[in-house]
Amino acid sequence: MAIENQFDYVKVKNLDEVFGVFQHYKNPVILSGGTDVVEFLKSGTLQPDVVIDIKGLDFLKDIRLGNNILWIGAGVTFNELIESEIINEHFPIIAEMSKTVASVGIRNRATMVGNICSAVPCTDSGPILSVYKASVITVGMLGERKIPIEQWFVSSRKTALAKHEIVKGISIQLPDKKHAGCFTKLKRYNGEDLAQVNLAILAFEDYSFRISFGSVAPTPVRAMRIERLINRMKLVPELMEKAQQLVEDDIAPITDIRATKEYRMHMAKIMLERGLNAALNRLNSGGPAYGKSVI
Amino acid sequence: MKKEISFLLNGERRMIDVSSSEILLEVLRDRLGLNSPKCGCDRGDCGTCSVMINGKTVRSCLILAIEVEDQEVVTLEGIMHNGLTPLQESFLKHNSFQCGFCAPGVILSTTELLAKNPHSNKEEIQEAIAGNLCRCTGYSPIIDAVIDLVK
Ligand SMILES: Cc1cc2nc3c(=O)[nH]c(=O)nc-3n(C[C@@H](O)[C@@H](O)[C@H](O)COP(=O)(O)OP(=O)(O)OC[C@H]3O[C@@H](n4cnc5c(N)ncnc54)[C@H](O)[C@@H]3O)c2cc1C
Ligand code: FES
Ligand code: FES
Repeated sequence: MAIENQFDYVKVKNLDEVFGVFQHYKNPVILSGGTDVVEFLKSGTLQPDVVIDIKGLDFLKDIRLGNNILWIGAGVTFNELIESEIINEHFPIIAEMSKTVASVGIRNRATMVGNICSAVPCTDSGPILSVYKASVITVGMLGERKIPIEQWFVSSRKTALAKHEIVKGISIQLPDKKHAGCFTKLKRYNGEDLAQVNLAILAFEDYSFRISFGSVAPTPVRAMRIERLINRMKLVPELMEKAQQLVEDDIAPITDIRATKEYRMHMAKIMLERGLNAALNRLNSGGPAYGKSVI
Repeated sequence: MKKEISFLLNGERRMIDVSSSEILLEVLRDRLGLNSPKCGCDRGDCGTCSVMINGKTVRSCLILAIEVEDQEVVTLEGIMHNGLTPLQESFLKHNSFQCGFCAPGVILSTTELLAKNPHSNKEEIQEAIAGNLCRCTGYSPIIDAVIDLVK
C-alpha cells in the first residue's frame, strides 16, 4: 500500500536539529524503528508534514549500568536488549520479555522506547517497566524531565510526552535486595503474536512482590491489592486462591479480536499462579530458566 | 519531497530519486527490478518482504526507501553471487519449499541466524523463522534442512 500523504523527511544529527525542525513544521512525527510509524503512515492514521528520523543519533544507542542505574537509550532495539550482557546478567526478565515481541525481523528495528511511545494496551514493555518502577527521561527545549512510569501511560495510545519533546531513554534502578522475576505472555499461538494477557512479576528475598498486568486495561496496571495481600506471606494454596480472586478487582479486560474478556480474566488468574511460582523458584535458584514459557 | 539517495545494494553503489513517502519494498521491486522481496501482508506480519540492512533482516514493507540512504541493503539476489549457498543447497535437498513465496524471507532469516550462531538448535531455528509465514509446507522440511546443515 502506498502512502498517500506527502511529507518532508529529515534525518537529524543532533538534538538542536530536532528542536529546529519542531519550530518549522506544524505536525512533526518522530521516526525510530518505524514498525508502528510506517504502518500508521500507510493507513493515514498519521498525516505529518515532516518525519524526523532519529536513527542517526548515536548517543541514543547506549545500554549501560552505572551506580546500579540501568540506562536504555531511545535507539536501543529489542534484539539489542536480548543480546546485551548487562541485561542478561542483571535484568533477565527484560530479555525474557523482549524475546516475546514480534519476530526477529521486527525486533531488529523496533525499539523499547518506540513501544512505550505508541503505548497500545498490549505493550509488552509496559508491565516490565512498571514492576521495575522505571522512569522515562524526556528532553525538550526547556530541558529534561524524569517521568515515573505510572504517570507515563495516560490511557490507550496516550502518554505524558509533551509537544516538542522527545524521549532520550529509560532509567531503571537495580533493586538492592536479591530478587528474581517472571514475564509471561498469553498468545493465540506460539510464534509472533500480540498479547491477550501479559504479566510481569518481581519477587524479592523478603517475599515482597511487584506485579503488573498488561492487555487487560487501557494501560499496564500494578496489581496493588494482590501485592498487599501476599507481601511477606508464605504462598500456601489458600492464599494463592485468595490472590487469584483479587485479580477480578485489579484488572478490567475487554473483549476484542484476540480474546473475550472472560477468557482473559480466567487466564490472568492462571498466569498469576504460574508466574508467582516461577518467580519464587528462580529466586531460590531453581528453574525454570529465563525465556522458558510458563504457560 | 523528492531526494536523490545513494546506498549499497547487493554490493553495488546505487543512486535513485525517491519521494519521502515511497516504501522500500516498492522501490526495490518496481523500480530496481529485484523480485525476491515480495508483498504478502504489507504490515510486518509475514516476512515475505525481508531484506537485510547492515547485515540484519528487516521488513522492507515497514521501511521508507529514503531511510536507507548510505546504508547497505542486501536482498536474496545479493547473497548468491557465487551460486547457491550451502543453506540453499540443503533446502533443495530437503525439498523444503512448494510455491516458494516464503522462500526468500526464510533463506535470509536462516542465513542471518547461522551467521550469528552456526550451531543453532531446533528451538533457535524455529524462533528465527517465527516471523516468516509459510502457507504450504507446515515448516518441517524447512527446519529439517537447517538442522541437517548445522549438525
Ligand atoms: C508484525 C508486528 C508485530 C508486533 N508485535 C509486538 C508484540 O508482540 N509486542 C509489542 O509490544 N509490540 C509489538 N509490535 C509493535 C512494536 O513493534 C512497536 O511498538 C515498536 O516497539 C515501536 O518501536 P519503533 O522503534 O519501531 O517505533 P516507531 O514506529 O518509529 O515509533 C513508534 C511511536 O513512538 C514515537 N517515538 C519513537 N521514538 C521516540 C522518541 N525517542 N521520542 C518520542 N517519540 C518517539 C513515534 O513518533 C511513534 O509515535 C509489533 C509490530 C509489528 C509490525
Ligand atoms: S509484506 Fe512485509 S512482512 Fe508481510
Ligand atoms: S512454500 Fe509456499 S508459502 Fe512457503
